[in-house]
Formats: sequence, structure tokens, C-alpha cells
Amino acid sequence: MKKYFSFFRLRFTMGLQYRAAALAGIVTQFVWGFMEVMVYRAFYRADAEAFPMSFSATASYIWLQQAFLAFFAAWMMENEIFDSIINGNIAYELCRPVSIYHMWFARSIANRLSRAVLRCFPILFVTAFVPKPYGMEAPASLFHFCLFLLTLLLGLAVTVSFCMLVYVLTFFTISPQGLRMVFTSAVEFLAGAVIPLPFFPERVQRIMELLPFASMQNVALRIYSGSMTMPQMQKAIALQTFWLIAITLAGRLLCRTAELRVTVQGG
Amino acid sequence: MKKVYRSLRLYLHYISVNVRCMMQYKTSFFLSAMGQFFVSFNVFWGIFFLFRRFPRVEGFTYSEVLLCFSIVLMQFSLAEMFARGFDTFSGTVRSGEFDRILVRPQNEIMQVLGNRFELTRIGRILQAIVMFGYSIVKSEVSWSFSKVVTLLFMLVGGTAVFAAFFIIYAALCFFTLDGLEFINIFTDGAREFGKYPIGIYGKRMLLFTTIFVPYAWIQYYPLLYLLGRRTDILYLFLPLAACWFLLPALCLWKFGVRHYQSSGS
Repeated sequence: MKKYFSFFRLRFTMGLQYRAAALAGIVTQFVWGFMEVMVYRAFYRADAEAFPMSFSATASYIWLQQAFLAFFAAWMMENEIFDSIINGNIAYELCRPVSIYHMWFARSIANRLSRAVLRCFPILFVTAFVPKPYGMEAPASLFHFCLFLLTLLLGLAVTVSFCMLVYVLTFFTISPQGLRMVFTSAVEFLAGAVIPLPFFPERVQRIMELLPFASMQNVALRIYSGSMTMPQMQKAIALQTFWLIAITLAGRLLCRTAELRVTVQGG
Repeated sequence: MKKVYRSLRLYLHYISVNVRCMMQYKTSFFLSAMGQFFVSFNVFWGIFFLFRRFPRVEGFTYSEVLLCFSIVLMQFSLAEMFARGFDTFSGTVRSGEFDRILVRPQNEIMQVLGNRFELTRIGRILQAIVMFGYSIVKSEVSWSFSKVVTLLFMLVGGTAVFAAFFIIYAALCFFTLDGLEFINIFTDGAREFGKYPIGIYGKRMLLFTTIFVPYAWIQYYPLLYLLGRRTDILYLFLPLAACWFLLPALCLWKFGVRHYQSSGS
């Protein structure tokens, strides 16, 4: 456990070095969030009755999404891992007395966490001062805020464990391109990155909420502004835990199979 | 004249080399093209489901928004297909590849253009065409000669404006060596948010995209003409006039080339 923690610490401090890049990213994210809020404002003006949650809750959803983009963005996968599989450097990692699954897991979490830590505070701080209803609102209650933190971390873990599946599957396909594209577009859409899940028609939404993708960003961002009822929250957290365990187990199983039949590409 | 003809032939040759090169990896090409197709499908589904809930937005119906989105997507993909060399230019500068381009007796813009020809964008264009066909059937635009011309001008002007932003992005690399992420707002962002007519973002955004960056010229105003909400002939030529934006972009590029210091690798 200790060695994986050091992997985590190493990556985390390394990630914190890229402050200028983070600053450049923040500007983009502000504009992105702002435009997104404007889209929903236009739809709100068209028909306020049809809105599944309050407008300020939607705005908070969008800003939180931007602030924690690095947590949930499916396209932010680790190119280093793909490269090591393609160019054969994986051989060195396989020699080490560590499980590559755990090592990669720790490192992915660390990377995403460090990126989000650099970016989330400026975004949250500034948007808190944007006039209502376009800015960030305060959490619904202290209780909701605690649950928000919990589900945020659970969502991060589910996202990473899902990415791990792609890394491991690359052992079998070698070229990650096709896999990555299919996976990324599926996650973006089904997790609620394109439009938040409550905006889908009810029947579609009910199915989507059971899928593992809904356990990523959807839960935390909705709990924050209190747009989920108590039983809904319980169910969502249970599902998150279930998917986290199921996907991690599947990933580890796959990883073990892959390690048995791994062919090192080149040298 | 002869010079133009010769560089055009050379450019076509560049493209054919690029395409043949890509065809060596056929599976990868088809997968990427298919991926492009599906990724933009996501945006389509997003619009589709939002319009199941809301009948119209600021007076635009579902099929009208689709018409708008498909045109913007075509403009963007065409620009990306041809000007991809500028989009990946930071790599060219950092690796010192640009030194090689400078010593050749040919225009450097042509060489950068020919450097990359991204045929995989055909997937996205295909998707745009499918959506376009669907929205034409649904939106009941009464097509006339002038509207077809408007559409052609929109494609030409839009490709030019997006390409201009790719050039600006590349020109800034001369000074910063690395790509500046915020330019993405004007390329990927404009594609992403250009799916809705700019008018829905409010008056100020419309003013900004009319005066500073000519996005409204290639999207909002000609769209109004297509939908028959404006009849002034001026709207027909606006998208073509938007090509003026290439001028400042090329000036910046020339300025950058003059100030280019090799990265030394």
C-alpha cells in the first residue's frame, strides 16, 4: 500500500508543477462555462416550465462541471501508458514488484486530482461572485455538501476505473485509437457531459441512471444543489459503490489475463 | 500566372502524397473516420433530446437549429481538413522542422498547408451532410438559386474564417513555441457553440461576433436569409465578405515568420 501511495504523491506533486498550463486552461473553461450557461438561459426563456431543475441549479451544475473537468473528462487519458504499451517500455514496469493495475490506478487518480486542485479554486471563487442566477450558488445544506464531496470522490474513482479498462484492453488491441474514441464518446454522452441527465426524456433517463456512466459526474453535481431526493441519493450512492467494485474487479481480472499473454512490442 | 499554376500542381501533389500515405494504414483510417462520425453524433443527440423537451429556442425550431449546426460543422471540418498543418504547427516549430521549410524555394504557407491533409475529417463531413439532408427535408426552406449561392458562400467563407483562426494559432507559436490553449475558444468553441444560431446568446454576443470576429457573418445572418426571415441581398454576400478575416491572420503570420528564431533542435 505504501508504495502505491508514494506513486500517488510523486505524480501529484509533479502535476502541481504545471501552473501556467492550468492558468491557460482556466480561461478557456470560463468561456466554455459562460457559453453553456447562455445556451440554457435561451432554453429557459423559451419554456421555463419544461426545465427539470431550477435555473440556478443548472448554472451551478455547469460551473462545477468546468471546475472539476479534470476529474471526469474521459478524453484526459494518460498517453504515457498507451505509449509504453506501444513502444515496449511496459517491459520495465512489468519487472517491478508492483501490480501495474494498482500503480496505474494510483497515478491516474493523482494526475486528475492535481489538475483539478489547480483549476477548481479560481473557477469556484470567481463564479461565486457572478450574479444570481448565472453564477455558482451555495450548496443546499451542509449535509448536501458533505455528500457532494463523498460522491465527487466516488465519481472520480469510477471514472478512473473505467479508464483503466481501456488501458488494459489496449494490451489486446495495441492501437488505442478506435477503443479510445468509442469509449470517450460513449462516456461523454451517457455521463451527462453533453447535456445533464435530467434534461433527457424520463424513460431514457431512468435507464441511463442505472448505467455505470451515471455514477461519474452526474451524482455529485446534482446533489450539490439539492436536486435529488433522499431515496434517490441513497440509490445513487449505492450504485456508485457497486459500479466501482464491479469495474475494478473486472479490470483486475482482465489485467491478470493480459499480463499472462503480453507480447512486448519492440525494444 | 504560371507560378500560381505550378504551386497549385505542387499542392495537389502534396495532397496525393498525404492521401497515399494514409492509405497505407487503411484500418486506422476507417476507424478514425468512423470515430469522427460518432463523436459529432453526440452533439446531434444532445440537440435532439433538448428539443424533445423544448419546442423551439428564440424562435428557431429543431430542424432550423440542425440546419445551422450541419453548416457550421461542414465549415469547420473543411477548414480542419485543409489547414490541419497549422493546427499541429507547434510541433513543427518545436522540432525545428520549420527550418527545413524555410530553406526550400517555395512559399512557406503552401508548404505548411501541404504538410498535413487530414482526410479522416471526411467522417465528420459525412455526418454533417446527413444532418443537412435531414434538416432540409424537415425545415421546408424554399430553395431558390440565390439561396443555393448563399449556401456555397457560407461554406467558402466559413472555411476561410476557421482556417484564419488556425493560422493565427500557428503564428502565435512563433512567439510562444507552444500552442496557446485559449485560441481553442475560437475554433473548437465556435464549432461547439455555433450549433445554435448566434442570436440566442444575446445581443452582446451577436455584436461581438459581428465586429471583432466575423462568425455572425458566416452563420447567423446568412442563416436568416436561408430561412427567409431576411430578404436583403446584402445577406447573400456577407459570408463571402467574411474572408477579409484571412488578411489580419496572414499579416500576423508574415510578422511571425520574420521574427522566427529557430528553437535550435
